[in-house]
Amino acid sequence: MEFTYGLLTGLIPGLAGAPSWVLVALGGLIPAFITFNFVGLGPIIYVYAERKISAFMQDRLGPMRVGPYGLLQTIADAIKLLFKEAIFPAGVDKLLFLVAPIIVVTGSFLPFVVIPWGARLQAVDLNVGVFYVSAVSSLATVGLIMAGWASDNKYALFGAMRSAAQIVSYEIPSVMALLTVVMMAGSLSLQDIVRGQAGGLQNWYLFRYFPLMPIAFLTFFTAGLAECNRTPFDIPEAESELVAGFHTEYSGFFFAMFFLAEYTEMFVISSVASVLFLGGFHAPHPSLQAIGALGLGWFWLLLKAWFLIFVMMWLRWTLPRLRVDQLMHVAWKVLLPISFVLVVVVGGLVLKWPAGFPWDRWVGWPITLVLMGFLIVGMIRAISWSRRRTEELLA
Amino acid sequence: MASEHRAADYAWDVGEIDTDEMILNMGPQHPATHGVLRIELRTDGEVVKAARPHIGYLHRCFEKHAENVDYPGVIPYTDRMDYVASMGNSLGYALAVEKLMGIEVSPYVQIIRVIVAELQRIASHCVAVGTYGMDIGAFTPFLHLLRDREKILDLFEWTCGARLLYNYNWVGGVSHDLPEGFPRACRDFLREFDAITFPELMELLIGNKIFVKRTANIGVCPVPLAVSFDLTGPNLRGSGVPRDLRKDAPYCGYQNYDFAVCLGKGDYGPTGSCFDRNLVRAREMAESSKILHQAVEALEKTEKTDVHEKVPKRVKPAAGEIYFRTEAPRGQLGYYIVADGTGVNPYRVKVKSPCFTAMSVFHILARGMMIADIIALIGSLDIVLGEIDR
Repeated sequence: MEFTYGLLTGLIPGLAGAPSWVLVALGGLIPAFITFNFVGLGPIIYVYAERKISAFMQDRLGPMRVGPYGLLQTIADAIKLLFKEAIFPAGVDKLLFLVAPIIVVTGSFLPFVVIPWGARLQAVDLNVGVFYVSAVSSLATVGLIMAGWASDNKYALFGAMRSAAQIVSYEIPSVMALLTVVMMAGSLSLQDIVRGQAGGLQNWYLFRYFPLMPIAFLTFFTAGLAECNRTPFDIPEAESELVAGFHTEYSGFFFAMFFLAEYTEMFVISSVASVLFLGGFHAPHPSLQAIGALGLGWFWLLLKAWFLIFVMMWLRWTLPRLRVDQLMHVAWKVLLPISFVLVVVVGGLVLKWPAGFPWDRWVGWPITLVLMGFLIVGMIRAISWSRRRTEELLA
Repeated sequence: MASEHRAADYAWDVGEIDTDEMILNMGPQHPATHGVLRIELRTDGEVVKAARPHIGYLHRCFEKHAENVDYPGVIPYTDRMDYVASMGNSLGYALAVEKLMGIEVSPYVQIIRVIVAELQRIASHCVAVGTYGMDIGAFTPFLHLLRDREKILDLFEWTCGARLLYNYNWVGGVSHDLPEGFPRACRDFLREFDAITFPELMELLIGNKIFVKRTANIGVCPVPLAVSFDLTGPNLRGSGVPRDLRKDAPYCGYQNYDFAVCLGKGDYGPTGSCFDRNLVRAREMAESSKILHQAVEALEKTEKTDVHEKVPKRVKPAAGEIYFRTEAPRGQLGYYIVADGTGVNPYRVKVKSPCFTAMSVFHILARGMMIADIIALIGSLDIVLGEIDR
C-alpha cells in the first residue's frame, strides 16, 4: 500500500494535495484490482496446463482444436460456463445455494492480500500474515458445507462432510509445520519471513536444520494438498464415488466459481509454501534478483509457485485416491506426530543456533540439489528409454 | 457360508431403519457402477450396513428374441450381451450349435478363433483393469490401457470391419479370413504390449502402495463362498481356485498352447480380495499374450483353408439339446440350446452368464464396507450389465 502511495504521488503530482481518503481508496483499490485480475485469470492458465500435462502423461494430445495448440480452449470453456443456465434443482435452499460458492471463492482469494511479490510489492504487510493466511484459507470449508447442505443431495452432503473432516484434520499438521518457520523468523509477517531467507539458496528455510526443515516442508505441502482437495486427497469430490461431491448440483457460473476456487487455492498453497520455505521472491543467487532496474521478485515467486503447482498436477495424474479412514490415518497418525516433534525439536534448536546449524550452509542445499538432480536424470532417462524403445518397436 | 445369506440383509422397509441411517441410491446413472446398475445402500455415515443391487435396466429379451430368429441370426444378439467382449460370446454360441449339429471346423479356423478370442480377452481385461484403476482414483493407467485396446480394435476392424459388435464367429466358420499381414501386425502389437504397457501397468497401478492399501483387504471372498455362489473366471481364480475351462475342458484346440492359469495368492492380504481378482486379470493379459504368440506362429504353419468351408447352407439341427460352456473373459459363459428339429429357429436358448453369478455374491461381500469400497468391489467383480440383464 505504501508502495502504491509512493507510485501514485510520484506519477500524478497533483494527488499529493488530495484528501487522505482518496489516497487510501486508490492505494487499496489498485492492488485489489491487479490481484483480483491476476487471481481470476490465473486458473485459465492452470486449467490449460493441467489438461496438457495430463495429456502428455496419458499419451494423448489434450486440447488442440481451439486456437494454436488449443491455447484458447479454456477461455472458450470459461465463456461457455458463464453463459450456461444455472440450474436450481427442486428442493435446494436457494439462499445458501447461492452464497456457498461466493464464500468459497472469497476464502480462496483473501490470502492474496498478504502474499509478498517483492520487498515492497505487497498489498498489505499484516503483522499476523501467517495466521491470517491459515485462518482465511479454511473459510472455504464453511462454503463447502453450505453447498453440500443446500444442494439437498445425498452425494453432496457426503462430500461436504468429508471435506469438513478432511480440512479440519489437515489444518493442524499444516499449522504446526508453519510454526517451525515462524519460530525461525521470529515473526508472523510474511515480509519478515522472506527477509530472513535473503542471500541466496543456502539461506532458504527449506535447507536449514537439514533434514528437519525439508520434512516440515513435505508435511506442509502434503497437508496443503489435502486442504485444496487434490489427489490423492480428493475424496470430497471423488468422481467415481460421489459423482462430483459437494458441487454435484451446481452448474453454469456457480460451478465455474467452485472450479476457480479450487485452482486459486492450489496457487495459494503453492505460493505460501514458496514464501515460507523456498525463499519467496528471492532468487536462488542474489545476482539473479534483478535485471538492471527491473526487479525479478515476482518472477521468482511465480516460478516457484508454478513448479509446486506442477508437482501437484503430477501427483494427481499418477496416484490413486485414499479412502476416508486412510486419509484420517495419514493426518492423525503420521503427519500430526511428525509435525509436533518438529515444533519441539526446531523450537529447541532455534534457541541454540538461531540461523540453522553452522554447517547447514554446506550440507542442506547440495544434498537436496543432488537428490533433485537424480530425479531429473531419472526422468530424462525414462523418457529417452521409452522413446528408444518405441523406435525399436516401430522399426 | 450359506447361512450368511439371510433374507433380511437385502430386503428391508424404509420404516425399519434407524434414524441415523440413510438410504443412498447409487445408480443407475453413476460414474462407477459400470453400466446401468442401481445399488440401494443402507449407510450409517460412511459405513454401508447393507447393499441391495437392482438389475434389469438393460433387459432386451435376448432369450426370447433368440426363439424368433434362425440360428445364425442369434449371433449378432449374443454380441450385444457382453459388449466389452463380443468375440467370446459369439464363439460360445457358434461352438454350441456346431456341437449340436456335429460340425468339426478345420484347424486353421480353430486357430483364427483362438487368436480373436485371446485378443478380445486382452481388450476386455484392459477395460476391466483400467476402469478399476479409475474407480480407485488413478486415471492415467486407464488411458494407457485404452490406447492398447484401441490397437486391438484396429486389428478387428481390419479383419471384419466392425470395432465393437463383430458377428465374426459363424456356425461352421468365421465371417472373414484374417487379412494378409495379420501375423506381423499382431506381433507388433504384442511386442509393444509386453514391453511397455504391461510392465508400466504393473508398476504404475498394481504396485502402487495406495492402490494396494485400498484393495488388498476388502471384498474378501473365501473359497466356499465363491464356489457356493458359482463365481467363475477371474473372480473364482482370484480366490485361489484353479478352474479354467481352457485347461479343464479344452475347446478350439486350447490344449495345444502352453499357458498358465493365474491364481490369486493373497500377496498383500487375505486371498480372494479385490486386489487378487484384479491382479488375476492383469496377469491373464500376459498369459493371453503368450497364447497369441504361439497361435500366430501356428497360424503361419497351418495349411490355409476356406473359412466358410464348413458353414452349412441351412442351419437346421436335428431335435436335441446341448449345453456348451466356454471361458469368456469374465468367466464361464454357458449356452443351453434346445432344438425341436422342425424349424430353423432355436426352440429355446438360455445363457448362463458369469456376470450374473458374480453379481449375486455382491450383497454379501458389500456388507460392512465403506462407500468407497463398494466402488472398489463392483470394479473388482468386473460386471457388464448387458450380460447380466441380457
